[in-house]
Amino acid sequence: MAVGGEAAGGAVAVRPRAKAAHPESRAARIGRMVARGPLNILLIVIAVLWLVPTIGLLFTSLLPASEITTSGWWKIVSQPSLATFENYTAVFDNRDIMEALWTTVQIAVGNTVLLVVVASLAGYAFAWLDFPGRDWLFVVVIGLLVVPLQVALIPIFSLYNDTGLFDTVLGLILFHVAFGLPFGIFLMRNFFAGIPRDILESARIDGASEARIFLRLILPLGLPAIASLAIFQFLWTWNDLIVALTFGRDTQPLTVAIFSQTRQFGSNIDLIAPASFLSLAIPLVVFLAFQRYFVQGMLAGSVK
Amino acid sequence: MEAATVTARRPGRGRGRALLVPLLFLAPALLFLVVWVIYPTVWTIVRSFFDRDGGTFVWFDNYKEIFTTDTLTTAIRNNVIWVAVVPALVTAIGLVFAVLTERVRWSTAFKTAVFMPMAISLFAAGVIWRIMDEKDPSRGTVNAVIKVFHDAFSGGGVVTAAQGSTPQLTGSIEDGFVLRTPVRAGDTAVMGLTAIPPDEVPRDAPQAAQPRPEPGAITGTVWRDFKPGGGRPGVVEQGEQGLGGATVELRDSGGSVVATTTTSADGAFVFRDVGSGQFRAAIGSQTFTAPFEGVSWLGEQLITPAVMIAYIWVWAGFAMVIIAAGLSAISREVLEAARTDGATEWQVFRRVTVPMLAPVLSVVFITMIINVLKVFDIILSVAPQSSQDDANVIALAMWRTSFGGVNDFGLGSAIAVFLFLLVIPVLALNIRRFKREEA
Repeated sequence: MAVGGEAAGGAVAVRPRAKAAHPESRAARIGRMVARGPLNILLIVIAVLWLVPTIGLLFTSLLPASEITTSGWWKIVSQPSLATFENYTAVFDNRDIMEALWTTVQIAVGNTVLLVVVASLAGYAFAWLDFPGRDWLFVVVIGLLVVPLQVALIPIFSLYNDTGLFDTVLGLILFHVAFGLPFGIFLMRNFFAGIPRDILESARIDGASEARIFLRLILPLGLPAIASLAIFQFLWTWNDLIVALTFGRDTQPLTVAIFSQTRQFGSNIDLIAPASFLSLAIPLVVFLAFQRYFVQGMLAGSVK
Repeated sequence: MEAATVTARRPGRGRGRALLVPLLFLAPALLFLVVWVIYPTVWTIVRSFFDRDGGTFVWFDNYKEIFTTDTLTTAIRNNVIWVAVVPALVTAIGLVFAVLTERVRWSTAFKTAVFMPMAISLFAAGVIWRIMDEKDPSRGTVNAVIKVFHDAFSGGGVVTAAQGSTPQLTGSIEDGFVLRTPVRAGDTAVMGLTAIPPDEVPRDAPQAAQPRPEPGAITGTVWRDFKPGGGRPGVVEQGEQGLGGATVELRDSGGSVVATTTTSADGAFVFRDVGSGQFRAAIGSQTFTAPFEGVSWLGEQLITPAVMIAYIWVWAGFAMVIIAAGLSAISREVLEAARTDGATEWQVFRRVTVPMLAPVLSVVFITMIINVLKVFDIILSVAPQSSQDDANVIALAMWRTSFGGVNDFGLGSAIAVFLFLLVIPVLALNIRRFKREEA
């Protein structure tokens, strides 16, 4: 991106206004920076606008409970000494919230691992194995990409009630895997299909089994795509509300636990704000650490 | 097709084995898709033709109900508004951000800031905006910002409420406060105010000025006629604050204003060369502003726009990143050629950049339509219980009908199928695009 920015900047020198100066002279550079001044200011304002809501939540969560009902988050800016971690201490002492956090971790990690395995296997089959009806089956997978999960809620609710999967972490994991699969297979298949054919063929001529090729060749080469899928699925399921709300009662991830608090919104912001910030801090860290893979996955799968 | 040639080279292995290996690789995925996606979809379609308990076949009654029940038609109407407004706005904002950020050196930082909400759950984003959208301007960020502009452009009032501190000064904040005793040149007008809201009494306001008579002029003081412990009404005392910026009027016997002035920070004012007549001194109504009570973002009127703003805040980064990637793929030469030919930046944008980005823009737009059709969590978290009916959308209506107390699986299934039907054009489009790309 930085390269693109400089290329676009260089183009300014071509314009008549800058003709007098040598393209690389200091005057031209300063002139360009001055010309970009309003643009920089505009973008800074936009960036701040986009950051303020999240910062506002963080600062709200740091206000003492007595202040939250009367003051806005900016009171922390004018009186930094007000900031306190007592709300967070209360959240960490709150059994329900801590249990919900643990449930969230189990669901998000469990279903991500399972999805990556299942989607990679299928993606490899669609990319490099031959079987009758392969293309037709893949078209079905693409069709399933946009199916709203609402169409499955009622039947799976009944199924889970009959099989004892209702209100279990496993039930939530399985549902998430299923609805992550169309995208997962799509992403994996497309990435695997880009692996050079020579590599696979020479392995096959050497007599390697498909299982061995998959484990020793495809998975290591497919790591970037696997990372993309894993991050996507992790964020998606960490942030899920509707699935957990439908198939869980006592098995509550953070979103559901906070949601049940929002019914008394106003009186309990000192709990909602820190719990919400806690629930978004972890995906935020994951996201910032692996942003590259997230963007790659998004670009590869933006038909979803 | 490549794989076909590869397997053909292994004639020794039986056809059964050639099928077995792919099946083993596919089996887990097929199991998941059949049990959790395909079978439930079929079941939901069938179920949508049965009544609430599932015992009676009711043909299309559930579908009729979708279009005749008030809360459901509201949901459909809202979803239409969502589809009409949000995908276009998100795409446009993403395009503008992507084009602008290409020209600055810190584009990565900018993109991270705008993209960051993508990592946050729509539910948590809703909580964030619910706090932002609080009605009380002293707590809700949005209304606090509006209040700043409101106060700046509403005639420069300095306080929102006050009363005369003595019976001498009568009136109201709407009409201003008038001194009962007429004044003439050389007199002083002592106008103390009380009952001013505590947050409008700054700690650092200057001491109120003692009114000093001046020959040929009417002088006086407008001040906060109270101090910790009370103080004597009608007397400027040590520790009482002046009221700067107040409008003072001289009215003639007929009540019309003949002169106005504004108090200095210590509350002092002076009218010079007033002549010999008698006047009434008054504090003008401009001194007082009706307080800004805050826009009710979460009330039934504005709830849908409020949720949309939160939603756009989340998704603008998605559009920006996808479009920026498309932008970086556009050949620099084409853009520079256009500029060399004398095209303005706007012409380059309109005639070159946007047409070349059209495929990317349509992907973003279509993706957003799908997302918007499924919008759910953020409405639950932004909208308070009281305005959820007004913010209703199809996905939420489906859930509330099926699980949120109504528990009508027949109608719920019909709503789910209706939602499914709405995404089928996109489903067909995806398949067509895939076939074209593979061909």
